[in-house]
Amino acid sequence: MSTAITLQESQAHAGAHAAHAHHHEPFITKYIFSQDHKMISKQFVITGIIWAIIGGFFSVVFRLQLGFPESTFPWLEDIFGHWAAGGKLHPEFYYALVTMHGTVLVFFVLTAGLSGTFANFLIPLQIGARDMASPMLNMLSYWFFFLASVIMLSSLFVQTGPASGGWTVYPPLSALGEASEGSKTGMDLWLISMATFIISSLLGGLNYITTILNMRTKGMSMTRMPLTIWGLFFTAVLGVLAFPVLFSGVILLIFDRNLGTSFFLSDIVVAGKILPNEGGSAILFQHLFWFLGHPEVYIILLPAMGIASEIISVNSRKPIFGYMAMVGSLFAICILAFLVWAHHMFVTGMNPFAGAVFVLLTLLIAVPSSIKVFNWLTTLWRGNIRFTPAMLFAIGFVSLFISGGLTGIYLGNSSLDIHLHDTYFNIAHFHLVMGVASFFGMFAGLYHWFPKMFGRYMNNTLAYVHFWITLVGAYLIFWPMHYEGLAGMPRRYYDFANWESFKMFGGLNEFISVVAIIVFITQLLFVVNFFYSMFKGRKVTSTNPWGATTLEWTTPINPGHGNWEGEIPEVHRWPYDYSKDGRDYIPQTEAVGENESVH
Amino acid sequence: MSTTTVQGTKWWAGGKSPFNATYGKVMMWYFLMSDAFTFGAFLISYGTIRFSVNFWPDPNQVFNAFPGFGHQDLPLSFVSLMTFILIFSSVTMVLAVHQGRHMNRKGVEKYMILTILGGIAFLSCQAWEWTHLITGEHKVLVNGALETWGTTVSKNPWGPAVPHEQLSALGLAASEHVTTPGPVAFGGYFFGITGFHGFHVFTGVLVNTIMLIKTRLGHFDQRGHYEMIEKAGLYWHFVDLVWVFVFLCFYLI
Repeated sequence: MSTAITLQESQAHAGAHAAHAHHHEPFITKYIFSQDHKMISKQFVITGIIWAIIGGFFSVVFRLQLGFPESTFPWLEDIFGHWAAGGKLHPEFYYALVTMHGTVLVFFVLTAGLSGTFANFLIPLQIGARDMASPMLNMLSYWFFFLASVIMLSSLFVQTGPASGGWTVYPPLSALGEASEGSKTGMDLWLISMATFIISSLLGGLNYITTILNMRTKGMSMTRMPLTIWGLFFTAVLGVLAFPVLFSGVILLIFDRNLGTSFFLSDIVVAGKILPNEGGSAILFQHLFWFLGHPEVYIILLPAMGIASEIISVNSRKPIFGYMAMVGSLFAICILAFLVWAHHMFVTGMNPFAGAVFVLLTLLIAVPSSIKVFNWLTTLWRGNIRFTPAMLFAIGFVSLFISGGLTGIYLGNSSLDIHLHDTYFNIAHFHLVMGVASFFGMFAGLYHWFPKMFGRYMNNTLAYVHFWITLVGAYLIFWPMHYEGLAGMPRRYYDFANWESFKMFGGLNEFISVVAIIVFITQLLFVVNFFYSMFKGRKVTSTNPWGATTLEWTTPINPGHGNWEGEIPEVHRWPYDYSKDGRDYIPQTEAVGENESVH
Repeated sequence: MSTTTVQGTKWWAGGKSPFNATYGKVMMWYFLMSDAFTFGAFLISYGTIRFSVNFWPDPNQVFNAFPGFGHQDLPLSFVSLMTFILIFSSVTMVLAVHQGRHMNRKGVEKYMILTILGGIAFLSCQAWEWTHLITGEHKVLVNGALETWGTTVSKNPWGPAVPHEQLSALGLAASEHVTTPGPVAFGGYFFGITGFHGFHVFTGVLVNTIMLIKTRLGHFDQRGHYEMIEKAGLYWHFVDLVWVFVFLCFYLI
């Protein structure tokens, strides 16, 4: 607020130093405490990649346990020490790994990594702004995220291990230190990290919203914004309004753990000892958690939707089908996101009438979702499709969104959900629809905007290998889980060998684990490609390699802080004038011709 | 990756569409919405718990003290004074914003000082009220034994009174006021929510102090407008508005 360096001040600053044309910034303000939105975006993406490797590796380790419950892996002991004594994962640590896999990928990769990267990078570039509304808060947003990351990472190294109550941290398991090893220091660090993360998300979100609303260049009316910006806008609104509710829950949980309050605890006996707590409600925490938790799904998904819309249109050389319907459906999803949280709690116990209301509202989400899917498909229809890696990932996103979305209709019905809740059916559903799908959106965006970020191309061959193995692998991992879940196989179990009814899935589990390992290794291919291409990739020679209409391609190949040399371009048309009046594409900056047809 | 700063070009400071407000004000409004959700979650949680238990302490009994009046029964009088102070500080904030619009530096300074004093006075009152509750001594019958409790996050002495017959059976004078433990949630929510609100007031006082210093140094005169005062004002009014709800939820119903 008071200390924020506003653009007006930056302007005065730039004016004062205008004489020094080749003024070079010192390393620390250019790469570390940078206020340039492009550098902050790169900081987010690299932190996100590191987290994704950690979170992905955790899933490989617990998949080893699920796929090969009888085997031992001595190298695990080298990494995890007494948590994997004799090469066999300790059950407590299995739960810690599952918890950290969820936490890391949902919050640190697909929330901060995805929104942080693309909102920072694309918003100023695509709406025609020199930088974010407040570059200072933007920088703080990254550093709060970094702090949250450090705290979460350090929880992996405390003696009692990281939090292990699941990424939803339901009390009483999370509220009582004596409940399990993972409920001790690891849980405190989890809560502190999450509170810090929410501050980061708030600072970032406020900036994204105000930048989109107020910093648009001349002519860039709201209805001329690319769909990426609309996606990121609604994501930011969701984040700003949903995260504070989790913040309240986290604060109350910290009080319960450390100050002896009873917000979420009531009449509990642990190890034969009656606790003094009374009158609290564990279900209350579930409400607070899922009031964030459900919008969180869309916080993860909407940026990917925006990215996919943009990339599909550019690479089909066709205008996006139903621009206003796309914006409207994003808005509808944004509203519905706040009204469906209790569908995660059908088996927790609620008034059947409330359950019926939540079923209805949940199923309503199918309407805007279908609108989006059909619009993507009709955009592709008879398009002049270029199968760039980004385009493949965008199409893969649509595929996974359909496959995962259809099972959402099953799970949204409270009567069916009683059977399917907390089974592998649920795991398959949300991994396809929000996990892998959003990853595909992220990959699509990175392959597409990599030339703009680093002035070089990524290697296409590696990218194609990456795409096909990941797409086929994702289906091979999650498709069989639907059958396991329908048969009632519950999630979060350490070992299924003792259940006669699940013995038949032993082979299938082994298969899933093998594919998961292959897919994880394939992602390392992407990481290698990313960092290699950053320094050694083929150089970009034209400012607009994809023949796109949007503003980011009107900047120099390596834009400096301020993005445009000279004046900011003026916008005269919407961003989807592809294959119009016999021309391949017409940039947004071009004035509307006298004889031009109206879209 | 050569990222030199673009020099000598015009930086776009943003428009006012679509809300006819500068980005700073839009940002403040969205922040307040976000904060409203935090407080909303706290207050709704409090409501859920409060209406799920059979007994809740009567605020007229809990909040009946006034500094300097000893044990006199003055229900809600002190909190009324606190509320009056806070609302009054909102009035002085409005006047500060008004003086800012007229570029009157002396006027802004005067009313900012009054607003800050109002905030500090409120916080002092809250400190006294908390101390009074925590250090209060109430006789509570716990599992057949008599204990002396203050009101804390884990202890609530404001349960139903022990009937006179039972008192004499315990060998106590019938005039003695002895209670049973009340719902634990009372202290947790009271201290949690008023504490979180108090933290907001404290932050507001800090922000207002920075604004006062910046006004003194003539920063806003150089800038040509006092919009920062307006933004600080938005925050201050929000904190007051939240207090109205806290006051309603804890003291009136």
